[in-house]
Amino acid sequence: MNKRFQWDFWAWITLLSIVVFGLFLIYPLFSLFVSAFQDAATGNWSMQNFIHFFERKYYYQSMINSFTVTTSVTVLAVIIGTALAYFMTLYRVRCKSIVEICIIISLLSPPFIGAYSWILIGGRSGILTRYLAEYGINFPSIYGFAGILLVLTLKLYPFIYLYVAGAMKNIDSALIEAAESLGCSGIRKVVTIILPLITPTILAGALMVFMNAMADFGTPMLIGEGFNVMPVMIYSEFINEVGDQANFAAAMAAIMVLITSTIFMLQKYVVNRKSFTMSSLRPMQTGALHGVKNVVMHACIYLLVALSMIPQLVVIYTSFLKTNGSIFVDGYSLDSYIRIFNELGTAISNTYIFSTAAMAAIVFLGMTVAYLTTRRKSWLTDIIDTLTMFPYIIPGSVLGITLLLAFNEEPMLLSGTALIIIISLVIRRLPYTLRSSSAILYQLSPSLEEASISLGASPVKTFFKVTAVMMLPGVMSGAIISWITAINELSSSVILFTGATKTMSVAIYTEVIRASYGTAAALSTILTLTTITAMVIFFKVSGRRDVTL
Amino acid sequence: MSVAINVDNVVKKYGDLTIIPGLTEHIKNGEFFTLLGPSGCGKTTLLRMIAGFNSIEGGEIKFNEQVINDIPAHKRNIGMVFQSYAIFPHLTVRENVEYGLKLRKMPKDEMKKKVDKILDVVQITEYQDRLPERLSGGQQQRVALARAIVIHPSVLLMDEPLSNLDAKLRVEMRSAIREVQKQVGITTVYVTHDQEEALSISDRIAVMKKGVIQQTASPHTIYTRPYNVFVSTFIGHSNLFKGHIEAAGSEKTVVFADGYKMNMTTLSEEAADGQEVVISVRPEEFSICREGEGVRCKVATKVFLGKYVNYSLEFPEEMLVPDQPSIEYSQDLGHAEKLLEVGDTVYLKPNAMKINIFVADGSRSLMEGVVENE
Repeated sequence: MNKRFQWDFWAWITLLSIVVFGLFLIYPLFSLFVSAFQDAATGNWSMQNFIHFFERKYYYQSMINSFTVTTSVTVLAVIIGTALAYFMTLYRVRCKSIVEICIIISLLSPPFIGAYSWILIGGRSGILTRYLAEYGINFPSIYGFAGILLVLTLKLYPFIYLYVAGAMKNIDSALIEAAESLGCSGIRKVVTIILPLITPTILAGALMVFMNAMADFGTPMLIGEGFNVMPVMIYSEFINEVGDQANFAAAMAAIMVLITSTIFMLQKYVVNRKSFTMSSLRPMQTGALHGVKNVVMHACIYLLVALSMIPQLVVIYTSFLKTNGSIFVDGYSLDSYIRIFNELGTAISNTYIFSTAAMAAIVFLGMTVAYLTTRRKSWLTDIIDTLTMFPYIIPGSVLGITLLLAFNEEPMLLSGTALIIIISLVIRRLPYTLRSSSAILYQLSPSLEEASISLGASPVKTFFKVTAVMMLPGVMSGAIISWITAINELSSSVILFTGATKTMSVAIYTEVIRASYGTAAALSTILTLTTITAMVIFFKVSGRRDVTL
Repeated sequence: MSVAINVDNVVKKYGDLTIIPGLTEHIKNGEFFTLLGPSGCGKTTLLRMIAGFNSIEGGEIKFNEQVINDIPAHKRNIGMVFQSYAIFPHLTVRENVEYGLKLRKMPKDEMKKKVDKILDVVQITEYQDRLPERLSGGQQQRVALARAIVIHPSVLLMDEPLSNLDAKLRVEMRSAIREVQKQVGITTVYVTHDQEEALSISDRIAVMKKGVIQQTASPHTIYTRPYNVFVSTFIGHSNLFKGHIEAAGSEKTVVFADGYKMNMTTLSEEAADGQEVVISVRPEEFSICREGEGVRCKVATKVFLGKYVNYSLEFPEEMLVPDQPSIEYSQDLGHAEKLLEVGDTVYLKPNAMKINIFVADGSRSLMEGVVENE
């Protein structure tokens, strides 16, 4: 209202968000880039780290590998996800809601469980491999490129499915009828009308898939073996006991951020040129397929869902197997569970504490910062708005490294604390909550707030009594999704954890590395069940049947 | 409790863009004051400056003698009714009305009495426990009105409150608002672009254009004696003719471009011999007459509207002020002796007591006693 600056609540929030993003995102990222250009031994400016990377095939091959596997995953996921969305939206599919829930579960499950259970199935001593070996059949190797492709595609096609199914629901049936009335039908209708209408959505989903596949650390670490990709390479260089590798790892991380940001801009550029909004009065009707076509469609959908669900089921099954060291023996027992509660109890409690703390921070910051950037626009809030985009392009492992590098020394010694893990969770998820909170705010008429102010409530009081109350259902349902991704987070925690701040997903990873498959399975089962429970709550809170991430 | 509002040379700017260049207006205590104008004229901007939602870049707004420029909106004790109603969707009707009272820490029993009374005044007692989404538009607007009035605000501000309602409900709510306002006796500033609404509801109307008030007067004066051509054409329809004054002593005559002369007794002193003027004739101020007793024209179209018939007329171009949408004559069917047909040539006589004469550029009236601010 007033031109004079006042230290009110919103000024504090502005300051807080600048501090949070500046201190925990920009400053670490900046120091990463600085150390990438520094010589490890002398500390002088040099391009040596980059030259080193591009000189040795061992290193630059990992970039090529990352690129090929990520692109393949994206293409496959787009094809599978779009086809699935098309058939699920336009045709009657039996047990549709179960299929959808399975798809969402496989999307939200811990990212590396897929890799781990496919090893249990088709690995060197996997269930299927041994079974087939008895009949003299040689099961093709699950390790390397093929394994990563399989696991990541099954893990990530749900992104495309959810995006595209949402867009398909927004296509007004009148558009299709208009096309038909002009004499366009069959495959031409799909190619000339439906496909162009959902292309922006597909591109948005493809970006999500690309970013996730590029940044994924757990999957290639477990199943990649000789097939090195960048996140794994960065991790191992960074963790390397020889201390002088940090600068080189930083250089690799910088290269990776460069790649992801290029892809991000490219996608934004393409989408901005093609974007339009759709809203349908009357969505397209579902029809029925008949005969062979119907059988084939159902078979494909069920097979896909089965493949996506197998990892979860295998994990749950093996968690109840008797183990002897790393080997499963005949019979069932709860030994694995007893062992994790005895040995890894803190990991379990850590997981819930960290993710709940992160969720609380995300809800508070998400609502207040979204309010700042939508309702109290200024050049400062524009900067904040831009800053909040950064985490989209920063892979988890890179964020982990940057935080560790930046907060490794006094006076800002945070490494090894729970706080740094919580911060990394908040930074990574906040942009998503901000985006959805802003969307909610744009739907709320500002006159509601003005009405409250005119009745005598101060702006801050109005925010808490009116605006926040009305935003809360939407923000909470988003927060549950954030919570789910937080409990399953691996790529930055694996770099930030210490013995005392181990989380479940980190514990699963370390147990798998130790070949202690029973305890890993038991931990995974707990994670999966928690995820499903949280999802049930999400559906109750939001009253929805779909998920946006 | 209710106050007079003094707007003194107020300026509103967005960056380099000046919306209101310096506006002065006095709104009397207890009056129903309407800001009327086309969209984008700055009427809502002015209202929101009074409310405290828009900053004031120059000048002063006073409630009685108190300058309110620096008082934040929530301390101005205003009641506001919004175009979108802005009923809190998460609160019941009763809770919505209680909201402002709770903030004022009013004791429970007193609050109950007040809310009961106001719910009764706006006739929504039976819906008090409903959530707003289950109310019709008219009912929601009644809730908004009750919520704004119950806090006994110093002023009641209404921003196009009826524009989201259908025509019938609009008329009904119009009288409801007027009745409640008179009952409570509160200074009300009402913004609308609907001239009929403004004419029927207001004590005084300020007609705005591009951030400048063109005329402030009672509805009757605004319609019958507009201060300038903009007001005369914005409120109702006016046909504009070119003409000039012929004055001989105290005898003044206005001459149409085709030579038709009318004796005028209502012109001001300013009207001088030979002065070029604009003659403004409303469609209902014509009557059919014999050849030579009026202006000659041809009927171009005819629209039957029940109570009256609307004709659009063709005149020689040199008789008219250019760029007018149409020249119209409405014939009251209650008194019509004969109906005209398309293509007929007729003579129409303007009513000398009713028509308005403006200076050639349309900026001022030449009628006796017409003032910009009544």
